[in-house]
Amino acid sequence: MQSLENELKECARKLLTEKKVDLIIGYKKGALPLRSTPCFIREEKDVDSLIFDFTCSNNLATYLQKSKLAEHRTPNTENHGKIGIIAKACDARAIVQLIVEKQVKKEDITLIGIACTGILDLKKVSDGLDGKEILNYKLQNGEVLFQGKDFKKPLKLSDILCDVCKTCLNPDPSVYDSFIGEPISGAKTEIVDKLEGLSPDERWEYFEREISKCIRCYACRNACPLCYCEECVVDRTNPQWFGKSTEFSDTFTFHITRMLDTAGRCVGCGACIRACPTHVDLAPLGIKIEKEIKERFGYTAGLSLDVIPPMATFDEDDKQEFIM
Amino acid sequence: MSTKKQEYKKTGAQEHKSTGTQENWQPKIIAFLCNWCSYAGADLAGVSRIQYPPNIRVIRVPCSGRINPIFVLKCLQNGFDGVLVSGCHPGNCHYISGNYYARRKFAILKTLLEFIGIEPGRVQFSWVSAGEGEKFAQVVEKVADDVKKLGPAKRFVKRI
Repeated sequence: MQSLENELKECARKLLTEKKVDLIIGYKKGALPLRSTPCFIREEKDVDSLIFDFTCSNNLATYLQKSKLAEHRTPNTENHGKIGIIAKACDARAIVQLIVEKQVKKEDITLIGIACTGILDLKKVSDGLDGKEILNYKLQNGEVLFQGKDFKKPLKLSDILCDVCKTCLNPDPSVYDSFIGEPISGAKTEIVDKLEGLSPDERWEYFEREISKCIRCYACRNACPLCYCEECVVDRTNPQWFGKSTEFSDTFTFHITRMLDTAGRCVGCGACIRACPTHVDLAPLGIKIEKEIKERFGYTAGLSLDVIPPMATFDEDDKQEFIM
Repeated sequence: MSTKKQEYKKTGAQEHKSTGTQENWQPKIIAFLCNWCSYAGADLAGVSRIQYPPNIRVIRVPCSGRINPIFVLKCLQNGFDGVLVSGCHPGNCHYISGNYYARRKFAILKTLLEFIGIEPGRVQFSWVSAGEGEKFAQVVEKVADDVKKLGPAKRFVKRI
């Protein structure tokens, strides 16, 4: 881990000193243990604050959305300049998708690909420690030793990683300019749909239970690298498509609509799930669509730069067995 | 006199109650029809005096590509028991390719709705051309039949 971070800092420093980029977007240590926060580095002296480990949960591609690019304006210039961005596999896929959708130009972005072995699911950690406060932690031999005020407890790393990370299809960045660490072989080829075996009624019950937890804070939308509409349909008031209450069908309509809007674009990074304060499990919806898109249109989002997203094109021979 | 009046009231109340559940219940189905084909197909069915169930309420749209999945979700939310979307056969779109794009949207929408547990018969899609009055009647008959079998929509209906 240490050597990975050193390599990362070296690479970032080099990019900044050679003036290849004006800004580096990466992670630094957060205020609490197990928390990291995105950071924006313009000067060489700040490079040392960069980190990369299993706490780096945000999808940094979010900061390349048009509305946010405006905030990165380089001093004394008109635009955001060149940006170097630290990209684990799912960030890289989201960035590729943003480039494909012409939200950002490839020549403005330097992708620093990084080897990622999974991101922590803080809910699982908290459950494993019965909600006790963590003061310190140490990673050793596939175990994480957590320390608090009056306890010490090891948890197996594989038990506390995010579900989406455990079923990650492409653990290596699809596109990058430089790569940090060792590429991870053994990519899985099958999309895992954990609700597949259930009956429609059981699935309905599952979603009823999950979606009822939603408080409509829109953290999922804000964390999503591909939710970049200037005005979200859910915020519109004329016409008002969505009720503003947390009534179940209003909430569910919002989530289904968001999933349909990101159909064929969602890279399955799980940023929405990690951002959720009430831990709504949105993954099955996204996974189902991802699977369907792959089967029907043979497309996986964010893998290559010269493609047209599936919902923006068509094939005359698309299957239509469901149409009378 | 008074007993008679009471009886009348009683049956009235019973009738009212049964509309929501049993034999007297009639589904409300919304049909989005493309102006250039299915809408004309419905018209042809009408002028040809072909009988079909009166359960559909038609909304004319310029193209099946105009259908936003939100329309369908919104209909289910507002208490329609079924939704039918009908457009031009592939290759016959007035706008060249609107129905091809629509087909992709519908495929994903239908899969997702079935996945979350909405009965497959509730939301249906068809291609009906302007000359297929007969087919239009058959499609409506099938949709009405399917929805009648499913009963009133309960899932997804807005409760407040």
